[in-house]
Amino acid sequence: MKIKLSVKELEFAYDSVPVLSGLTMDIREGSLVSVLGPNGCGKSTFLKCVNRILQPQNGSVKIDDTCTGDLSRRELAKRMSYVPQSSVRVFPHTVFDVILMGRRPHLSWTSSGEDEERVWDVIDLLGLEEIALSSFNELSGGQQQKALIGRALVQETKLMLLDEPTSNLDLWHKMDVMRIVEDLVSHGKITAMMAVHDLNMVARFSHEIIMMKKGQIISFGNPWEVLTPENIASVYGVEVEIRDLNGGDIPLVVPLRQMKDDCCMPVPPDTIPVTVVH
Amino acid sequence: MSSEYEPVSEHAKKHRTERKKKLEEVQKEHKRLQGRKVTFLAGIVGAIFIGIGFIITIGPLDISFFQVYETLFAKVIPSFFNMDGMYEQIVWNIRLPRIIGGVFAGFGFGICGCVMQAVLKNPLASPFTLGISAGAHFGVALAAVFGVAVIGGAYLLIANAFLFAMLCSLFIVALAALKGATSETLILAGIAVNYLFSGLSQLMAYFANDEQLRLMTTWGMGDLSAFSWNKFLLFFVIFAICTPLLMSKARDLNLMTIGDDSAKSLGVDADRVRMFTMMISSFLVATIVCFTGTIGFIGLVAPHMARMIIGADHRILIPASGILGALLLIAADAVAMNIIGPVVIPTGIMTALLGVPFFLYLILKGKRKEFWQ
Repeated sequence: MKIKLSVKELEFAYDSVPVLSGLTMDIREGSLVSVLGPNGCGKSTFLKCVNRILQPQNGSVKIDDTCTGDLSRRELAKRMSYVPQSSVRVFPHTVFDVILMGRRPHLSWTSSGEDEERVWDVIDLLGLEEIALSSFNELSGGQQQKALIGRALVQETKLMLLDEPTSNLDLWHKMDVMRIVEDLVSHGKITAMMAVHDLNMVARFSHEIIMMKKGQIISFGNPWEVLTPENIASVYGVEVEIRDLNGGDIPLVVPLRQMKDDCCMPVPPDTIPVTVVH
Repeated sequence: MSSEYEPVSEHAKKHRTERKKKLEEVQKEHKRLQGRKVTFLAGIVGAIFIGIGFIITIGPLDISFFQVYETLFAKVIPSFFNMDGMYEQIVWNIRLPRIIGGVFAGFGFGICGCVMQAVLKNPLASPFTLGISAGAHFGVALAAVFGVAVIGGAYLLIANAFLFAMLCSLFIVALAALKGATSETLILAGIAVNYLFSGLSQLMAYFANDEQLRLMTTWGMGDLSAFSWNKFLLFFVIFAICTPLLMSKARDLNLMTIGDDSAKSLGVDADRVRMFTMMISSFLVATIVCFTGTIGFIGLVAPHMARMIIGADHRILIPASGILGALLLIAADAVAMNIIGPVVIPTGIMTALLGVPFFLYLILKGKRKEFWQ
């Protein structure tokens, strides 16, 4: 299958403190790829470097065989969209206005009837008609995430990057957001790469998983290849058991206990033993 | 886009029909609200136009509203209207320039405040809080007390005020250009600059004699009396260039208010837009301040009021802030000129005395939704 996104030897540092080092990977068209890793491992920075929100010091990022550095910011925005974790909420934009912002790469000062038509299509698609004219600032976290995904959708790009779209959401809204992304991917509308924390959500929805630790990719493959007790112990410092779900289709991660190893996580003084019921 | 998601069951079809109906209702409501925003703007412009006539009628000379407009139209279309010589002198040469100056200044403060709040993502930003007015005041103090000025003659104070206002602006813009300078950094730097130049002005005041002190104090209170017809050409040219330049970035400003990362991901070079709009708005403010003195409140409050009424889309918010700024300033000036006539209270004092209670009422009354909703 065609390669949608190709990253080679990507390096980034904040004030000479290295955050990403030598990241190399390819993403196939039409896949849903999740980026996993503990807090501070560089997931968000990675997505921002891919989208040139941050400028990497070394390495290359290609989308459809075109180096992103050769594209203007506007041209890049026509090919790649980005859903942030959250949005600055100082001024009272309506949901309609926030989604219309996604048309920015395609239009100049004014928006045509056609642009507004696309916004209404997305509002319809995501079921946002009840809140379309409400202030974005007054929405719940789940509704805001859907509006931000809507903004990325009207951008009409084939690659969508999502930075922890389910953080701070309850289970229902997590499922809702993940199902929307899955639907979009399965209907061939987008290729998606998202940074996520929830291992079981990732296992349930992703075609492939990138596992990161301290700015490096330590594992890349399908959920069964990546979500192994060894990888999770190495990255998170947590002992887990992996079970089969849905007849071996989906791995289920059951956390058991924190480990005393060289992982970046602090270890509590007394680890409570956990009994696993088989 | 939604065709692939068409429902198949009867229940789903019914649900789909209900949603379609709701969507149509929302679309109609959206169109109606857009229309109301434009009507509101047109209403404010009309209010200014009519208000100018009423303001001119206030004063020692007894002149009616219709005589005012007859005099104004006679100047433009002399063949259709008659003009009394005394009325011409009072209306055209004395009262109207002050009001037109107020319209220019209020409009400029309003749009610059709006732009600064957007690029700095902070509702506290204004030409006053960023120290631009304080810099101009120090320039005036320096010229008044020590005679240190870039040029002499009639424009001694104005040139100095402009120079130091621009110096403050350039300092803020240079900070904005620094990698990693956040919006909060710029606001704090502006407040620091404000304190620095206020302190320096007080130092000047300490050494000033009575006449110098009076000049400094009067300038610091803000006044519209410096305007005359021969200055409007300069104003008109500067506004005709700066306003479209700022308006051209309105859509980018919308994106920047939701965060630089989002703006960049949508194709906007946020750093460049911030530099550009800060440069233009600082230049515009410096031009106004050097003629009016310190009128601090309009640039802060006009964008807030406009946002409460018509929302946060900068394509309509920028002109709305300007028009509301103009209305606020000429209204405050009319009160300042007549409340204890024949004594004229400086405009800057009256904008604060009238505007602050009204603004506090607006923000404290707890109405969270926008007026137009």
